[in-house]
Amino acid sequence: MVACRAIGILSRFSAFRILRSRGYICRNFTGSSALLTRTHINYGVKGDVAVVRINSPNSKVNTLSKELHSEFSEVMNEIWASDQIRSAVLISSKPGCFIAGADINMLAACKTLQEVTQLSQEAQRIVEKLEKSTKPIVAAINGSCLGGGLEVAISCQYRIATKDRKTVLGTPEVLLGALPGAGGTQRLPKMVGVPAALDMMLTGRSIRADRAKKMGLVDQLVEPLGPGLKPPEERTIEYLEEVAITFAKGLADKKISPKRDKGLVEKLTAYAMTIPFVRQQVYKKVEEKVRKQTKGLYPAPLKIIDVVKTGIEQGSDAGYLCESQKFGELVMTKESKALMGLYHGQVLCKKNKFGAPQKDVKHLAILGAGLMGAGIAQVSVDKGLKTILKDATLTALDRGQQQVFKGLNDKVKKKALTSFERDSIFSNLTGQLDYQGFEKADMVIEAVFEDLSLKHRVLKEVEAVIPDHCIFASNTSALPISEIAAVSKRPEKVIGMHYFSPVDKMQLLEIITTEKTSKDTSASAVAVGLKQGKVIIVVKEGVDPKKLDSLTTSFGFPVGAATLVDEVGVDVAKHVAEDLGKVFGERFGGGNPELLTQMVSKGFLGRKSGKGFYIYQEGVKRKDLNSDMDSILASLKLPPKSEVSSDEDIQFRLVTRFVNEAVMCLQEGILATPAEGDIGAVFGLGFPPCLGGPFRFVDLYGAQKIVDRLKKYEAAYGKQFTPCQLLADHANSPNKKFYQ
Amino acid sequence: MTILTYPFKNLPTASKWALRFSIRPLSCSSQLRAAPGTVISVQTKTKKTLAKPNIRNVVVVDGVRTPFLLSGTSYKDLMPHDLARAALTGLLHRTSVPKEVVDYIIFGTVIQEVKTSNVAREAALGAGFSDKTPAHTVTMACISANQAMTTGVGLIASGQCDVIVAGGVELMSDVPIRHSRKMRKLMLDLNKAKSMGQRLSLISKFRFNFLAPELPAVSEFSTSETMGHSADRLAAAFAVSRLEQDEYALRSHSLAKKAQDEGLLSDVVPFKVPGKDTVTKDNGIRPSSLEQMAKLKPAFIKPYGTVTAANSSFLTDGASAMLIMAEEKALAMGYKPKAYLRDFMYVSQDPKDQLLLGPTYATPKVLEKAGLTMNDIDAFEFHEAFSGQILANFKAMDSDWFAENYMGRKTKVGLPPLEKFNNWGGSLSLGHPFGATGCRLVMAAANRLRKEGGQYGLVAACAAGGQGHAMIVEAYPK
Repeated sequence: MVACRAIGILSRFSAFRILRSRGYICRNFTGSSALLTRTHINYGVKGDVAVVRINSPNSKVNTLSKELHSEFSEVMNEIWASDQIRSAVLISSKPGCFIAGADINMLAACKTLQEVTQLSQEAQRIVEKLEKSTKPIVAAINGSCLGGGLEVAISCQYRIATKDRKTVLGTPEVLLGALPGAGGTQRLPKMVGVPAALDMMLTGRSIRADRAKKMGLVDQLVEPLGPGLKPPEERTIEYLEEVAITFAKGLADKKISPKRDKGLVEKLTAYAMTIPFVRQQVYKKVEEKVRKQTKGLYPAPLKIIDVVKTGIEQGSDAGYLCESQKFGELVMTKESKALMGLYHGQVLCKKNKFGAPQKDVKHLAILGAGLMGAGIAQVSVDKGLKTILKDATLTALDRGQQQVFKGLNDKVKKKALTSFERDSIFSNLTGQLDYQGFEKADMVIEAVFEDLSLKHRVLKEVEAVIPDHCIFASNTSALPISEIAAVSKRPEKVIGMHYFSPVDKMQLLEIITTEKTSKDTSASAVAVGLKQGKVIIVVKEGVDPKKLDSLTTSFGFPVGAATLVDEVGVDVAKHVAEDLGKVFGERFGGGNPELLTQMVSKGFLGRKSGKGFYIYQEGVKRKDLNSDMDSILASLKLPPKSEVSSDEDIQFRLVTRFVNEAVMCLQEGILATPAEGDIGAVFGLGFPPCLGGPFRFVDLYGAQKIVDRLKKYEAAYGKQFTPCQLLADHANSPNKKFYQ
Repeated sequence: MTILTYPFKNLPTASKWALRFSIRPLSCSSQLRAAPGTVISVQTKTKKTLAKPNIRNVVVVDGVRTPFLLSGTSYKDLMPHDLARAALTGLLHRTSVPKEVVDYIIFGTVIQEVKTSNVAREAALGAGFSDKTPAHTVTMACISANQAMTTGVGLIASGQCDVIVAGGVELMSDVPIRHSRKMRKLMLDLNKAKSMGQRLSLISKFRFNFLAPELPAVSEFSTSETMGHSADRLAAAFAVSRLEQDEYALRSHSLAKKAQDEGLLSDVVPFKVPGKDTVTKDNGIRPSSLEQMAKLKPAFIKPYGTVTAANSSFLTDGASAMLIMAEEKALAMGYKPKAYLRDFMYVSQDPKDQLLLGPTYATPKVLEKAGLTMNDIDAFEFHEAFSGQILANFKAMDSDWFAENYMGRKTKVGLPPLEKFNNWGGSLSLGHPFGATGCRLVMAAANRLRKEGGQYGLVAACAAGGQGHAMIVEAYPK
């Protein structure tokens, strides 16, 4: 799903900050604008080159807010009016950020479609003036250059970017359910070609500087500098500015041509795109692909194609108009609101609300080198944590270490790491069969088989060797942490850290605290999770252990239940199902544990045994159904109930029940905030991002309608569909919202 | 060694030595430190010596080198051990050391010729050293010869050896270009194949791209960045301008030219190249004009970098060799040594951003270790990989901010005075055969101290891998 991938990328950009406009007030106060020190932009003249430095106050990033817009226009007008100035450099004073995009809150504050469209048109006008500038403007890019930032950059005459990991260019609007609304849909195809432009706009992917250079998105690269007479970041920006000034002069003197030599492939593509028939085929292909991937759930991608098409077929004027109108329409959609809500939630879940832990975790030990254990090891070693991976047998350990190596090596193949970096990262991992070195561990994460007596055994073994401050975290997905902690000498140091498989791909980490878990233990666990790059939700385990994530096994939206069961292992799933059955009783009814039992007895253990619901072969990507399953399935089949078994009903049965469970978690205090619930549901359980998460869904769809549906299913299937009290409350008073 | 040798050693010097002399006989050990405090307080102009109690003094009897040539010129048909042999025979000729006295031979080299991977042994055998004298080869990038020397110092100081020949060699005219890994694998497998069928099936796996050759890496393995590129970034980080770099390079060439013309480069020995004329002097010294230099395009960071061919050291062929002895051995054999090899220091730092800052880190450490200050040094001999590198090191040494934030020092290291710095040219002009440069630096320092007067020389160099080296050379009293 595009959106799934899209959401994954969301985490990489920290765009769209809340606007704080101290400067704005100050300006209104004094009335005159020209004579004032500006708050977002300052500019100086070096020789005949104007250097425009963007630096939004009180924020780590620059966002295109109304204030910045007006100051920028003002400054540019001065530059264009000045006789002394022949060219300009546009640069940010913030390390790690050129312009991160439009101010998301400015968009959210818009009440009507017209307002949004107007914003877009204003932005279009400003960048058009940049593009038509007679004095060459060089965009000097260091750090994120996203959304509106990229649109500004591509309207300049020349672009120079630092070849830094932090320097990324992209149009992530689609991830927020919108489209590039400042002329990007029109300029980008001209600059990098239609296919590459569509790819950028439809995936929202961030492009690293070196790749951008190859695509023609930037003209020159500047290498980041190391320590000199100033901090490296500071000097790198200064150096970038120096280089940009020489290029600005060169452009003004016509010694440098802003035109770029295109490669053969590029020329051929450009030629092919001049043929109407080829163009139509490209649009058709892309549209098909988008429809298939979004299943019609996301309106933005199709509109993007539409706008690009309009621009190419009917000319830029029509294109710009279409762009601003569609931008307005999209920003007003439920989907966009849901995705923007998720973005905010995610920013929230990237913070440690427990504060800094007393002791930094530097040495980590992981018990169990299975899929999860090795996955946790991988995301730990590549953040520089010294990690011990322990298992009971050499075979299991070998497999786990190989998994870590493969994970890192795949990054080398994608050029995200060098082979040298891979090797030095891999040296952070120690594979072993004994408890040697555990005396230095600051945290132990167990990922052994889901069996309470086994977990008790390892907990006792570990507590005999670890230092007093060491935290014991369990990566259980089914067993109550409090029960695991029952045999601990120091239950305040026991916590649940539930990772999602595959650990290196899934962003979510669910931290489960018991009543006895200390605050510092939680702080440590969150700190480790953040270090591992996770989005974290913290849930409380009640006296009666109920867990949000228990839903995982029954609602695996992104991969489908069958695939999920195969991935985690059928035996594990059976175990989990049995445990959950015991705990939840009726609330978790519905499935038939007999199915899993029979599968295990036949040796269909999922991917690890080569057979499960599907057949798995090394090196083969396609999955075939395991035909031996037919007989098992046939023997256990339930007759469908026709009145509640339409396709829509099946979908709603999943969604409403899920929403009901989530709301119950909030009601019972397991979840602290709706935002965490939404993040958990989307990132961990594959709740469709276009719905924004269960709580956002209730707000946008209406609690009453959900309750009605639940009641209908309750009548057909029983108590597992009974709406919970909090949901009923929301249904009864329509003004009640989870997000005010 | 006996006390008897002391009068000989001390006689030529003035009263400052007499004072030390008066203390010496009191101790049993001949190397006892000469109570430096007393000396200095009595006679401020006099500096202490750096001898250490219970450690043997190590001296350089003499050192030679072949002329350093631009690669691809007169040495291009030779093999590395030929050059090394030339340096060794030159040393034998210059010092007349009896071959059987030499306990051990150590050579440094960087790009190894696979046929002569222990080039020290091959060269020694060819040069007519005793086949009873063992030899080994060391590698530490541009400070390989330094490593050869300090290994020798260690062997002597620890009493394992008395006489060492240390040197280095590099032949950049020829480098090992290999078959690709796939081709090598195929060839090795073919070797092992037993039947015709096996051979045929292996041959059927051959693809034309197997024939693509594998060149020796010019870039840093850990960072995949070439040294020139890193130097350009380093220069930018310290805001060293193109003009400054060109000016420094011009200085190096001019001084080298002057030294060559005045016959100061006395460590160079003529080398009759088989089939060619005798080479008598370095051929890379080419003073140019700043205008000419300004015309060159950047060599690494294009199109706006500052490091060019004119302000970088060039690929060089050459070899050097040095006779190192325990002081008492040298004196017993009737030698008049040129210098003591005193404290030395190896350092290493980030190979990405501080690749070439070795001298900055090594200099203060070795000075502290020796109890000296910048002011005590009379001759600085720094390896010049790039103008930008030398100037960046200067700026780093002159920066309190850098010292505080990256070196853990309270104050800056201090700038070496330019009038004492590489006065006879440096690697930029004389050339830089990677494995051989270290000995050239030490001999230049020793010869300059003898010629210009002064007691202490400081040798420092940077090396690939982000490593660095510094050593104190003390003039042997005349």
